[in-house]
Amino acid sequence: MRFTSQKLWIFAEDDINTDVIFPGRYTYEPLSPEEMAKHAMEDYDPEFVKKVEKGDIIVAGNNFGAGSSREQAVTCLQASGISCIIAGSFARIYFRNAINQALPLVISPECSQFVLKNKERILSEMIKIDVDFDKGEIKIDKEIFSFPKLDDQALLIFKAGGLVEYTKARLKEK
Amino acid sequence: MVGQTLIQKILARASGKESEGVIENEIVFVSPHRILSHDNSAAISKTFHKIVGSEGKVWDPERIFIALDHAVPPPDAVKADNHKVIRQFVKDQQIKHFYEGGTGICHEVLPAKGHVPPNVVILGSDSHTTTHGAFGAAGIPIGRTETASVWAIGETWLKVPESIKIILNGSLPKGVYAKDIILDIIRQVTAAGATYNSVEFYGSAVKTLSISERMTLSNLTAEMGAKSGIFPVDNVTDEWNKQFGFKYDRMTADEDARYVKTLELDISSLTPRIAKPHKVDNVVPIEDLEKTYIDVALIGTCTNGRLDDLEIAAEILKDKTIPPGVRLLVYPASQDVLLQATRKGIIETLIAAGGQIGVPACGPCLGAYGGCIAAGEKAISSANRNFKGRMGSKENTGIYLASPATVAKSALAGYITAEEE
Ligand code: SF4
Repeated sequence: MRFTSQKLWIFAEDDINTDVIFPGRYTYEPLSPEEMAKHAMEDYDPEFVKKVEKGDIIVAGNNFGAGSSREQAVTCLQASGISCIIAGSFARIYFRNAINQALPLVISPECSQFVLKNKERILSEMIKIDVDFDKGEIKIDKEIFSFPKLDDQALLIFKAGGLVEYTKARLKEK
Repeated sequence: MVGQTLIQKILARASGKESEGVIENEIVFVSPHRILSHDNSAAISKTFHKIVGSEGKVWDPERIFIALDHAVPPPDAVKADNHKVIRQFVKDQQIKHFYEGGTGICHEVLPAKGHVPPNVVILGSDSHTTTHGAFGAAGIPIGRTETASVWAIGETWLKVPESIKIILNGSLPKGVYAKDIILDIIRQVTAAGATYNSVEFYGSAVKTLSISERMTLSNLTAEMGAKSGIFPVDNVTDEWNKQFGFKYDRMTADEDARYVKTLELDISSLTPRIAKPHKVDNVVPIEDLEKTYIDVALIGTCTNGRLDDLEIAAEILKDKTIPPGVRLLVYPASQDVLLQATRKGIIETLIAAGGQIGVPACGPCLGAYGGCIAAGEKAISSANRNFKGRMGSKENTGIYLASPATVAKSALAGYITAEEE
């Protein structure tokens, strides 16, 4: 799998929590992924839903997805077109939720720091980012960063297309 | 076998590897003693049927626990429908442990109804499932799809985490509470400091902490990113377990178990703490806070809505009334708590002081109903999260987290304070 970003969303902060990614006031309404996408990042950056496009990539600081276990915080970004999220680190449940939805997450403190530090220039020159998920490599602005690949078990779920498909296959085996 | 921490021992037993033990970062497959969910069960049931088809059955209806608590009573038709879907699912699948709205918050009801013996794995589709570490169990939060998958096949994979040891010594000074301990721990460890880790609590002070106080600590380990926050079983746990007649052994971590971090805290010198907006690790001693007027004071939630919490608040509010302009919201964590607090006259005191008593449930903690804050308003709360917009409006609002005592004192003063009038 390889992604080249359309646009980069740089959230230069640590601990961006699931409440601002997908507000609690909508969590008990039965919404489709497309409806969830309308509230993505609503309490963090209201411009996001207006401008996000298919293939955009998010780069954030450490501990992205902290807080609540709500899976909509993964689904809403995925449905809004985000192809991949790069961060210094991810909150544990967020990471699992993303694997379970087959949304590629990349843990790269080096890349995160580089992008956050050069935010203004990257945005103004519209520099793109290229992520080779299988190889574990990110290219941006002549820089190359490598990142750890998924553990075997996580990879199995991811490759199946998410946990729903994976569990279906497991049930068939039984 | 390498020295095993508590979480290693629990996961080893749950995955059938007790004799050889497990190592950090190893992947194990675990079947939970209970799997918890709440109002999110409707969404989970949809995913569940995607996996197993419309006629599919859950793997074990006796190990699934569902409590309605996040929007109770439902404030609108959409949320009422959500509950209806869950009731139907419970009926169709013959889920044994279902608790109707009003019974209480899932994390309060689960242990109180005897579902949490020591040494087991409790999975929960709620981030504060860590609460069940108070009972010597591994309470591990997971997401919705994963819960649906466990309902279908009865197991999931877990990575054996590295552990952090927290040693508490000394004894709490007057006016300082369990909440202040854990807020200070979060300040030191930070919001991401325990990500992927399991926390274990030791030290002489731990023995003096009640079950309720331990629940407050375990609950808030989630706010450091922890996978679980466990108290080893001791006399306090044994005493609590008598009512259920559980049979168990006292599991202890090995002497040579490895901890990635050890934090020692003398609680004797602790003063009341407060977590300022909008991060839980934004913790300062209250005296360092500038004068902050509040509009709402919330006592309740799975963190601090138990009998001892309400009692402490009532002692402070006895024969006094809160000033106009302040809304004091009280949400007992369960019907049992409400009933006991009523019998003890605590509820009467709180009402007389101007408190509004809610149905035992989450209340405005997640900003879905029951006393949300308006633009420009500030709240002090005994809950566990102060994220922007969490309790309602995000426009120029702020949530401050503190102990129930501080919440009660602040409600009386109209501004945040730990001083008694
Ligand atoms: S009281 Fe608040 S933190 Fe606890 S389960 Fe309910 S919404 Fe979550």
